[in-house]
Parts: sequence; structure tokens; C-alpha cells
Amino acid sequence: MAIGESIGAGESPPSRGRCPAGQKGSQRVERLRPLRSKMRLAIYVRRPPLACRPSPPQEGRSAVIAAFAKLAPATLAFALLLLAWELYASLGGIAPTVLPAPSRVLAQAWENRAALAENTLPTIRATLAGFACSLIAAFVLSALVDFLAPLRRALFPLLIASQTLPLVAIAPLVVLWFGFGLLPKILLVALVTFFPMMVALVEGYVATSAEISQMLAAMGAGRWRIFWLARLPSALPYFFAGLRISITYAVVGAIFAEYAGAAKGLGIYMLSAKNNFRPDLVLAAVAVSSALTLALFGLAVLVQLLAMPWERAGRDRKTEPSERRS
Amino acid sequence: MTRLELRDVRKSFGALKVLAGVSLHVEEGEFVSILGPSGAGKSTLFQLLTGAIRGEGEMRFDGAPLDGARFAFMPQRDALMPWRRVIDNTTLGLEVQGMARRAARERVAPLFTEFGLAGFERAWPAELSGGMRQRAALLRTVVQQRDMLLLDEPFGALDALTRAAMQRWLEGMWRSHRWTALLITHDVREAVLLSDRIYVLSARPARVVREVAVPLPRPRTESAALAREAAAIEAGILDTLLGQPTPINDHPMENRND
Repeated sequence: MAIGESIGAGESPPSRGRCPAGQKGSQRVERLRPLRSKMRLAIYVRRPPLACRPSPPQEGRSAVIAAFAKLAPATLAFALLLLAWELYASLGGIAPTVLPAPSRVLAQAWENRAALAENTLPTIRATLAGFACSLIAAFVLSALVDFLAPLRRALFPLLIASQTLPLVAIAPLVVLWFGFGLLPKILLVALVTFFPMMVALVEGYVATSAEISQMLAAMGAGRWRIFWLARLPSALPYFFAGLRISITYAVVGAIFAEYAGAAKGLGIYMLSAKNNFRPDLVLAAVAVSSALTLALFGLAVLVQLLAMPWERAGRDRKTEPSERRS
Repeated sequence: MTRLELRDVRKSFGALKVLAGVSLHVEEGEFVSILGPSGAGKSTLFQLLTGAIRGEGEMRFDGAPLDGARFAFMPQRDALMPWRRVIDNTTLGLEVQGMARRAARERVAPLFTEFGLAGFERAWPAELSGGMRQRAALLRTVVQQRDMLLLDEPFGALDALTRAAMQRWLEGMWRSHRWTALLITHDVREAVLLSDRIYVLSARPARVVREVAVPLPRPRTESAALAREAAAIEAGILDTLLGQPTPINDHPMENRND
């Protein structure tokens, strides 16, 4: 996956287990070395040996605590909102067919969990299929556009125009043209998710450092080589920014498509619940779709962390490695 | 033996004349510097040499017209790729030449100690200090085993102390390797410390206004007597540079640390 993950066991670089000068902990490394080789771990100089790094020992635990501390205000605000809603709905004398209390939504969601799950699966399928198509299209088209400047001028006005279409009007038309199957859902999800990723990728390619490109050219690398070695990796941070935006549209796009016509799915479930005067079930389906979006967003963040380990390395670096002269 | 020879090399960008006939030569195993005010067209000269742009005049290498792939080029900023570990940054040139990644790593790995990077093979560039990054960039440059090094203000972006340390280090490295090298700089002291000969360029449009031989023995940082001689050479070069008519808003010796 990451570049050069396969340096492999068996090689023995001269620096193995040795601490860079000026950093402590070499004794601990000496102790660890037999254990490491016994376990045949191929991770030796992945970074300076662990004991040499200046991180505090309880980094893991304090990071978890810090994460919770960060989340606390949002959790509290959300809980307060739910509480106010609960009190208003139960003490204000409002009919549950107008505004059901959160507790009722939860209870009804549990009672109808089989139907909810049955309708959630097609939505997940449509979302993922549509998003995958959109992702592939964004990579292929952005690369084409990067190589052929005229294509960019031809495509971008069209793409921007595609973002001006009102989904409410388009969704029924797409269903009319392509039926109740998976295809119209894929198309609608792609329509709402493609643009942010495409723009992010194209801008990311352009943001490649001129010095890196010039250096690669001086090394004898061709256009394609430079794209692969420099432009594509340079675009990754931009791409993930676009990905995080577009993934929040994906579930909504799928639900819109289902709303316009489907056999099963959260969209059609919401529509029929509304028609049966069951706002509690509409809200239950809304909660499920929000949870789906949040999960996808979390997944995108996780993938970014895994795909760009150097980002964290840059942030983590608190102290300068000691400067040495030979 | 003369390796690189330029005769009356000229370059204009539209109406803007950048190089007005530059002639110079670099011998085998010689360290030559090009010293000139900011914006004099030093980097344009390097772009001509690496083939990034075309100009007029004659450029010969080992007697034949200059073709590509003679130089290993080190750009102004280190140009390390943040997404590659240090070792994979240093093998970049070899990989572009078509060497397998594993073989390229085996070639580069033994050099890490000499370049003061031992233990940081699998670190990310973001985890290195400025001096270490620059040494990694130099390692990436020299392992390409080209005929000649082109160094474009390699220490321009470093703080003064690190820069002084790196200059001494590079002089030591050069003493043991005797690379044929052409250095661009606007740091007079750096040029005198490192070079066998120095070409002093005028402000734009650039031509060679002076050629200075630096016959001091190496290492040049050891004795006070050497330092005095070096200072005298520096003063002479500064007189040449500052004696030129220069635009008021463009001080010739300003540091470009952008």
C-alpha cells in the first residue's frame, strides 16, 4: 500500500536499532532487539526506533482523553436539544402524529427494526455503487483533463451546469428514463458526488510543486512518470477534502432517487410513512440515514489517515531531530 | 580535462534579455561557483543546462554538444516528496533511471551514515530538520552518478547557523569525493569556502564580469591565516558586485529566503 512498505525482512541496514545521536533510549532498544528478530517483525527501521522518538509514553491514553474532551461540547449540545424536544413534545400537549418525542421515535424504530433494516440495505447498496462509480469517473476524467488542457475547457462548463440542476425535478425524470432499478440511483448519487472530487483532484494536480516537477524532468522523467510520481500524490490532500464533502451528499442523493420511485429503500420508506401519518417512522428513517452519512464520513477520515501517514508524522513532530555533523 | 564548456550562451524571454553571452568552463573534479545578484539569471542558466528551456550559443560537454542526462540537479528548496520516506526520496533518481526499488535502496542505504541520516531511513521528510532535509536532497542528487552536480543555491533556505554547518560539511564531503560541481549562489562567503574558481555575474542581462581563482588549501576553516586570505578574496568579490550600477529597489545581495 504505502510506498516502500515492502523493504522486507532479511535485509539488515547498518543503522538497525541504533539511536540517532542525541536521543536517549538505546539501552531499551538493545533489550528489544532479540525479541524483535525472534518474532520476525519486518518493521525495524520503519521510523527511528520507538525508544528514540520524543513522544511521551502515555501518548495513546492522553490522545483518547483529548478526543473525548473535544467531543464533549457537541455531545452535550445534542443531548440538550433532544431533552428540550422531549419535554416540549410530551408536556406541550402536541399530538405524536404531528411531532413525536425522541423517545417515541426510538421506541418505534426498535419495534420496526426489521422493516427499517430491510429498507436500509438497498440504500447502502445504491450509495456505495453510485459513489464507487463517481470515484472512478472522477479519477479517470481528472487525469484526462490534466493531460489534455482543451478537454478541461470543454468539460468544466458542463460539469458546473450539472451542479445547477434541481435534484427534486431531476430525480423523477431519471427514474422515468431508467426505471426503478439500481441504475437511476447510481446516476443520481454520482451526479451529486462527482463534482467536488473532480474539482479537488484537478486543483490538486495543479498544486504540484514546480521544483519537484523540474527536478523529475531533469532526472529524465516523462509526462506520465511525473504525473504518477508527483502530481497524483500531491493531489491526495485535495482529493480527501473533496471526498469528505461529497460523501455527505451521497446518502441524501440515494434517498432522493428512492423517493422518486423505488421498490425498497429508506427514501420510499419515508414516503410511505409520511403518507400513513407516521412522522415517528419518518424521523426514525432520517436518523438511520444520518447515521449512515456519519459512518461514511468517519470511514473517509479513517482512509485518509491510512493513505497519508506522512500527514500525521508532520503534525506529530514536536521536537527537532538533533542536528549532526560528520 | 574540460568537462563542461559554455561559449557565449544567450537567452531572452520576449524583450527581456536575461543572459547576454555567458562563457565558462568546468574541469574534471573541479568545484566552480557562479555568483551573482538576485535575479541575474543564474537559475535560467541551470534551466538551459538541464534542457528545461532552449537558448542560443554553444554548450559542450566532454567536447561534444551537450545532450541530456549529464547532470544531477539539486533545486533551491530541497524538493523532498513529503509522501515518500527519506530512503525512497533518495532513491528517486535511480528509480526514474529504471532501477528496481529494492536495488536502488541497497545502493543508497550504505551512504546514510556518511550523510548524517543513519536511523532516519524510514522517517518522513516532515520529521527531519532543515539541515537533514538538505543532506537528504544532496544524497538523492549524488547517487544518480551523473557526470556533474548542479547545485542551485542549496542552502539558501536554511537559517544562518545551519547554513554555516552545512557549508563546512559539504566542503568535507567534496574533499573526499571530488565531484565535478557547479554551484549557484549569492553568498560570497559560501562561494569562497567551497570553490576552486568563481564566476562573478553582472546584474541582468548577465555576463561574466570576473573570474576569481581560489587557490587556498583545504580544509579552509582550520586556520586564522586561511580565514584572513579568504576574507580578502571575499572583499574583492564584494567590491566587484557592489561596484556595478544596480536598480535602487533591488539590492544585489539581498537574501531570497522565500
